[in-house]
Amino acid sequence: MAAQLRQLRQQIKTVKSTAKITRAQEMIATSRIVKAQQAVAASKPYSDQITQALTALVSHHVGIDHPLLHEQPADNRSAVLIITSDRGFCGAYNANVIREAEALIRSLREQGREPVPYVIGNKGITWYRFRNRAIAEAWHGFSDRPDFPNAERIGRRLTEDFLKTDAEGGVGEIHVVYTEFVSMLTQTVRVRRLLPLELHDGHTETVPPAYEFEPSAQAALDLLLPNYVESRIFHMLLQSAASFQASVRRAMKSATDNANELLGVYTRQMNQARQAAITQEISEIVGGADALADSGGE
Amino acid sequence: MATLKVGLVSPEREIWSGEAKMVVAQTIEGSLGILPGHAPVLGVLLDGSVVKIEPADGGEAVIAMVGSGFFSVAANEVAILAEQAELSHEVAVEDARQALENALAAGDDATAERRARARLRAAGVEA
Repeated sequence: MAAQLRQLRQQIKTVKSTAKITRAQEMIATSRIVKAQQAVAASKPYSDQITQALTALVSHHVGIDHPLLHEQPADNRSAVLIITSDRGFCGAYNANVIREAEALIRSLREQGREPVPYVIGNKGITWYRFRNRAIAEAWHGFSDRPDFPNAERIGRRLTEDFLKTDAEGGVGEIHVVYTEFVSMLTQTVRVRRLLPLELHDGHTETVPPAYEFEPSAQAALDLLLPNYVESRIFHMLLQSAASFQASVRRAMKSATDNANELLGVYTRQMNQARQAAITQEISEIVGGADALADSGGE
Repeated sequence: MATLKVGLVSPEREIWSGEAKMVVAQTIEGSLGILPGHAPVLGVLLDGSVVKIEPADGGEAVIAMVGSGFFSVAANEVAILAEQAELSHEVAVEDARQALENALAAGDDATAERRARARLRAAGVEA
């Protein structure tokens, strides 16, 4: 009896300290979500402006051309950029991204294309390495707080590979699998085609001004397009980082809730065991006293 | 008098925004001054140059170093987008000097050298 009591006390202590840790992690994640959201908001003016400029450029110069806008029917390889996190403790965040990426890879295969994974984040890298799958390129170390030079590096590599042919190890199109931060409670895995670029002509509400170009429209396009691609990647990295923090928060919250529930169960069991021990002790004393009284009465 | 609405942004944040009397930026072909009422222009910035903004309230001119990027002018709105940008008071002079020395030692990276020089110029120190 006493042994059971001691064991339960030990378990309660363990669960309590786990709950403390998960609670702390939950609060850390909550404050980081705010920071991640601020980073998303701070990147918005740049991405809005660059989109606007690009739309203006393309809508006024119909004849304008750039290799990044071309379909490459000759190339059969498709890059799949998978954005996962470096750390775990985030529920199904990485599993969701990888499941979606695998579905995309399967459907690309069915179309007769050869998918080539490019992976960001330790979790994704480990997943692919463990299964001995080839990865074209892996990046890690910045999934919590991505900065622009990271996005620039990734963008450079991807556009380089896009401009190469299959034989040189290049790819014909680039897809990205990332997690969009819809709200604190909802994050959705999205699949987007990054290259070749599709410029929507849907912006009819505002007619872009007729720009003059300095030094030329072509020079402006040569600069704008790679920057635009990098800014898209940066946006996706930031969205994924915010989603990651939200997933951590949710996972840690349910871990804390579970720990508290377990604590209740154990406390009740402990009380019961203690009560049983006391009752037994009393009955033993009473039994002993009775036995003494019986023997003494003779 | 009409003023210009200026926004100087990098991918990570908005560096400066407000009303201005004049903006001077450097393109590959030379300096370009923008006053209110300027025709719409989309220009490529010289990588590693200095942008000068004169605020409408007559305050001290805002000087910033910019890396690769472009600017657009339309309807008295000026947007300067640079992948790297630093305001004059943010430049770490020692760090920039070091960067310049490194660039000169390497010898073949003209962009890095220009950027370092622009940082020093923005900070008001001649290299």
